[in-house]
Amino acid sequence: MAELRIDLEVIANMVVPGSRILDLGCGDGALLEHLIQHKNVQGYGVEISHEGVHACIRRGVPVYHGDIDEGLSEHPNDHFDYVILSHTLQTVHRPRFVIKEMLRIGKMGIVSFPNFGHWSIRSHLAFGGRMPRTPILPFAWYDTPNIHMCTILDFHELCQEMNLKIVQTVYLASSGHHPENPLKRQFAKWLPLPVANFLAPMAVFLLEEST
Amino acid sequence: MALANPIPSRDDTPASGLQTEATQSVGLVKTCHVTLFDDDQPLKLDAGSTLAPVTVAYETYGSLNAEKNNAILLCHALSGNAHAAGKHSLEDRKSGWWDDYIGPGKPFDTNRYFIICSNNLGGCDGTTGPSSINPADGKPYALRFPMITIGDMVRVQHALVRHLGVHRLLAVAGGSMGGMMALQWVIDYPDEVDASIAIASTPRLSAQNIAFNAVARQAILMDPFFNGGDYYNDTRRPENGLALARMMAHITYLSEKGLHDKFGRKLQNRERLSFGFETDFAVESYLYYQGSSFVKKFDANTYLYITKAMDYFDPFPDPETTAKRLKPVKAKFLVVSFDTDWRFDTSRSQELVKILNWNRKGVTFQDIPSPFGHDSFLLDVPLFKLSLATFLQRRFLEITGGVSHLG
Repeated sequence: MAELRIDLEVIANMVVPGSRILDLGCGDGALLEHLIQHKNVQGYGVEISHEGVHACIRRGVPVYHGDIDEGLSEHPNDHFDYVILSHTLQTVHRPRFVIKEMLRIGKMGIVSFPNFGHWSIRSHLAFGGRMPRTPILPFAWYDTPNIHMCTILDFHELCQEMNLKIVQTVYLASSGHHPENPLKRQFAKWLPLPVANFLAPMAVFLLEEST
Repeated sequence: MALANPIPSRDDTPASGLQTEATQSVGLVKTCHVTLFDDDQPLKLDAGSTLAPVTVAYETYGSLNAEKNNAILLCHALSGNAHAAGKHSLEDRKSGWWDDYIGPGKPFDTNRYFIICSNNLGGCDGTTGPSSINPADGKPYALRFPMITIGDMVRVQHALVRHLGVHRLLAVAGGSMGGMMALQWVIDYPDEVDASIAIASTPRLSAQNIAFNAVARQAILMDPFFNGGDYYNDTRRPENGLALARMMAHITYLSEKGLHDKFGRKLQNRERLSFGFETDFAVESYLYYQGSSFVKKFDANTYLYITKAMDYFDPFPDPETTAKRLKPVKAKFLVVSFDTDWRFDTSRSQELVKILNWNRKGVTFQDIPSPFGHDSFLLDVPLFKLSLATFLQRRFLEITGGVSHLG
């Protein structure tokens, strides 16, 4: 497997081969390229940066240059099998609306985000007294694209409020690359929610609308 | 009347004498002519009639490879012609209309691809059009030329491509009306095109687009020297009408900001306002120049026929027809708009992307920032060049089974 970020690797394993996928904020298209090559999916990305769009073109990944909002309203109901929002939820202006739209145009949604409840972030704020800066959240508070940070608990609450079913949860044990040792990559899914919220720097959720 | 510092435009392409090491000109080229339809096999037109003979003017750059899978057809816009790149003689001041984009190391890289460009059916630069001689009476067709459509133009291009020994095109690409032809191509010949590239284009003209064309045609039709289209043997031709049509259209090809940044309220060869109807402002002078240089090389009747063909273009009139037409299409699409284009603005390209998406076609869309308005596709816009070059390289590697990653 090409060097995918760890949450992308988890997402890639969730996806059923041959499905139709929309990746919101697809960046350089690495995940979609991987899925197109290895899982024979029909992939489509939405990306706002020209650098990202050029990288997608280079990889042969179809991409729509624009806002996530535009990329969503263009599509009819249930047009995709999966709509992916990886490491992007925290950057959108209206997270609740975006999740709702994701599950309108997609049968399932996959969301990954950096967990603001992680112990290292709590300690940054508690003991350092400053806005946390970590390898996955490297930006200064005044210059960050991350405007809607949340914790795993917060996200759970939102899903309940929106009446969404969490089909699968993966608590990541790291935000970096541990290709050799799968044990280092994720925590057990039976971990109590508050504990996972303390230990996992990132999480991936597979969602669908409750029937 | 030339300005000290005219803004770059389709009619003011700087002489491409300076070439960087990385990119070069295709050098000296010549326009070829071939008769593709005759009385035995006339061209069947969408409007029901037939046309023969049909002669086509075309140019090619680069060479067709042994596998014959590196051919790209370029479709010109309203006022273009077959001369897309290089020069016809060393004395030529200007190069072909898309010279910035065609040549070794350029997006349409002639080291890699075989490039074909022809003058459209109905044109006035070597391909059969209203100014051609009608064999029935030995006189120019004028308004006796049959009504033609974008589909008819594409049918003629297809015959040319076949004539050149090409049975499959790596890409069909064009800006503005050329983009419409790139769409028509994949619909009419879905098994023969690997990529369709529509730049600053639209799936159909809006009421405003048709309105601009209608006013342009009225300017020509109402010129006192129009003479029902039979002006070819007259000493006076409907030049004022055609110039007016061109001046108005030219404004729509540029952005308001681009025009203002260049000319502002600068006066033309004068210190103070004339307080009369002389040419006060530099922008007026610029437009007169655009109009007067256009009439020297373009035929008014062609302007009428081609704008009408654009008005009629509507390949996706309703969801059912659209689905049926797009179903067999396997080509990948690149749709590019420019953020200051208001002739076919970004939303028109987005409309096309939406149609293609709903029908599950692989489409890449990019809105490129550029100050040059609609004309951006003809000018040096590096971000656009990079997208175009990368898209073509990627598609070529996919077709030829090359490596899956580009360095």
